[in-house]
Amino acid sequence: MSARKLGLKQRYALMTRGLDWETTYQPMEEVYPYDRFEGIKIRDWSEWEDPFRLTMDSYWKFQAEKERKLYAVLDSFAQSNGQTGISDPRYINAIKLFITGVSPLEYQAHRGFAFTGRHLRGVGPRVAAQMQSLDELRHAQTQIHTISHYNKFFNGMAEWPHMHDRVWYLSVPKSFFDDARTAGPFEFMIAIGFAFEYVLTNLLFVPFMSGAAYNGDLATVTFGFSAQSDESRHMTLGIEVIKFLLEQHPDNLPIVQKWVDKWFWRGHRVLGLVAMMMDYMLPKKVMSWKEAWEIYFTEAGGALFQDLARYGLRPPKYADVATAEAEHISHQNWCTFYQYTHAAAFHTWLPTAQEMDWLSEKYPNTFDKYYRPRYEMWAQMEKDGHRFYNMALPQLCTTCQIPMVYTEPGDPTTIAFRQSMYKNERYHFCSDGCKDIFDAEPEKFAQSWLPVHQIFQGNCGGATVPDVLDWYKLKVGEDNLDFGQSPDRKTWDEWQASKSRLAG
Amino acid sequence: MTVDLKTIAIEPKRQTFGHIARRFGADRPATRYEEATLDVQATANFHYKPLWEPEYWHYDVRKTQIVMQDWYSLRDPRQLYYATYNIGRAGWNGACERNFALAEKRNLLGGLDPALRGRIERFLLPLRHAHWGANMNMSEACQRGYGTAVTAPCIFSAGDHLGMAQIVSRIGLLLDGQTGHSLDRAKESWMTDPAWQGVRRLVEDSFVERDWFRLLVEQTLAINSVVFGLIYDRADAAWDSAATTVSLLTEFMADWRDDEGRWVDAVISGAAAESEANKQLISRWAARAIDRAAAAARPLAAALLGDEAAAEAAANDARTRATRLGVTLDA
Repeated sequence: MSARKLGLKQRYALMTRGLDWETTYQPMEEVYPYDRFEGIKIRDWSEWEDPFRLTMDSYWKFQAEKERKLYAVLDSFAQSNGQTGISDPRYINAIKLFITGVSPLEYQAHRGFAFTGRHLRGVGPRVAAQMQSLDELRHAQTQIHTISHYNKFFNGMAEWPHMHDRVWYLSVPKSFFDDARTAGPFEFMIAIGFAFEYVLTNLLFVPFMSGAAYNGDLATVTFGFSAQSDESRHMTLGIEVIKFLLEQHPDNLPIVQKWVDKWFWRGHRVLGLVAMMMDYMLPKKVMSWKEAWEIYFTEAGGALFQDLARYGLRPPKYADVATAEAEHISHQNWCTFYQYTHAAAFHTWLPTAQEMDWLSEKYPNTFDKYYRPRYEMWAQMEKDGHRFYNMALPQLCTTCQIPMVYTEPGDPTTIAFRQSMYKNERYHFCSDGCKDIFDAEPEKFAQSWLPVHQIFQGNCGGATVPDVLDWYKLKVGEDNLDFGQSPDRKTWDEWQASKSRLAG
Repeated sequence: MTVDLKTIAIEPKRQTFGHIARRFGADRPATRYEEATLDVQATANFHYKPLWEPEYWHYDVRKTQIVMQDWYSLRDPRQLYYATYNIGRAGWNGACERNFALAEKRNLLGGLDPALRGRIERFLLPLRHAHWGANMNMSEACQRGYGTAVTAPCIFSAGDHLGMAQIVSRIGLLLDGQTGHSLDRAKESWMTDPAWQGVRRLVEDSFVERDWFRLLVEQTLAINSVVFGLIYDRADAAWDSAATTVSLLTEFMADWRDDEGRWVDAVISGAAAESEANKQLISRWAARAIDRAAAAARPLAAALLGDEAAAEAAANDARTRATRLGVTLDA
């Protein structure tokens, strides 16, 4: 009997694929109503290679073990006031950006993978998607629990769900994920599973978690380590999805290519927030955004797309533009938030002289020429008692929803403007990438809930900035404005004073 | 004597997040369940209508006819969040592993007479497909539902059903010496055996239910109580000399039904208590779903136990339970 025993692979197949059946009392088209309209052709779902063969019993066991360890660290961090051990109180602003901008996306991913975990016709990818749905819920909930402790001592985090649904810059990550959630199941898998989790995760997850490690944030870095094995699974699923679609039918190639182009550019725009976090918000720097882009996109992504070339897939459109933008994007974003920090739930500041030197060194082609003079001017204004706040509401790009602050490729002193007409309305874009995305699906992007338009239409609490901030539940003088005068800084200075009294 | 460590006392500025303090009406410490659950799902200012269902937003209260003033009033009495869910299930699974190890060591399913083995293959093993159907429905309720308080336990339940489908599969592998042949035969029963066709039709019909709360009622109150109730609780006589082994190897299922029952009861009774309209809808759905499940289970009970009484008894359990939740079945 033992000679006929199942191998691991066959055993796993029986434990998952064997569970499914072709329905006969209800037509398959009714049971799986969403997996045809995108035009993706699947000849044979059984050709799906299970990327990780994890049965539920092993899943529970591994995950329970990781959770026990993680929560032990979180408890200990809280008990020993770990928040007093971070490198510099400015660091907390990265955490504010994370809980308001990123954790809600983890939750969206949870629900999105529940959707594909139910509605993809193939049982193999469905089981993998369900596990990812559970993992993403884990990430949302453990992030909330990790940051819960910081929320007790610092401002800007207390209203994260309310703000995520309303605040102007948070519509950038929110619309990104709403876009993926409202796409079909295959596009979702390419957008999140492949483009986001595989191509770009090292530019989102890794910078935040490494930033935590460099800046003494033991709670967040423990979460990061704990989530690492989940992330590897998600990457494996992402690469399997794209290979499977490309292997199944040649007609899938142009559809997948269009999605890769779209989601690369969407992702690149969202990651601009991470770029600014790395270059400006981390008091102890991990590496510059430009270096991260070179390692994780130019090199790693280059190898990936070389590997995928055998399917006819080419690197994403405008990858060259994005690479050129790596010289500018963090600076242009930080300059924007510096001007609008009265309307943001985190603080900004001018880089110190030492930090400016670091930026000069990391950005020899651009920093001294284009950005240092601006910071020096603003520093002078601050000294003169006129810290610069920009009170005009900016025009937003209809696609990525970022203010139109980016410059022309090859010309860093001219703002880039693009536009399209759709049903007699004019729509504005920050780049060719964003314009192309709109032009391919104008009926979708014409719906965008653009925060500035909404303010002018009177849908955001009132006509004045204080009305809007009140509607955001943003506490003026606590959550917003320059770091220098903030209550966060005052709190920190008091802790330092009491520490030195004890040491004294 | 007490040992008193000296630490720096640092007063927090706030005890919890703003949305939670507003629900409490005061800024007081919240539990991990509360912080991980309350108001976590986005509710406003969505950007695009789904390409696949443009009549709704992707989170939309109109995807069920049930109306709640606050979907977060339907809390989970188990207070499960991801960590407690996994740690709890890993614990049950530890017991399950020991039971399987014992069954294997003592060869508890090895020496069964062919008729009894055939009965287990034909009537117990096809439940793995019923669990898979439940997994699909609970994933659907998660993706389609509204509010993390209800939807997070739905994906936990989906994971449970996948796990239980795999436990049933392992019973098959124990029976057939790890060849998988028993699972092939069980699938054949599920697909063609007249005893199972009512149940399979019931499950397939549930796959096309668009109202997610109705789907939740059908799955948890009717299919779980009647179909799983019949096979796991009321079929010991049919398992004959293997009855103890079967109950040993399905201990996880018994733990799960008590645990999930607590949650489902809270959700259904909470929704029914919200308004007369909700109560009437749930009553109508439950009455019809339990009747249909009973009709589907009758031929199964007759083929397994010789008469239909056990199916009716399982249905009556479901009816008693529904009535206890504030549902009226004789409307």
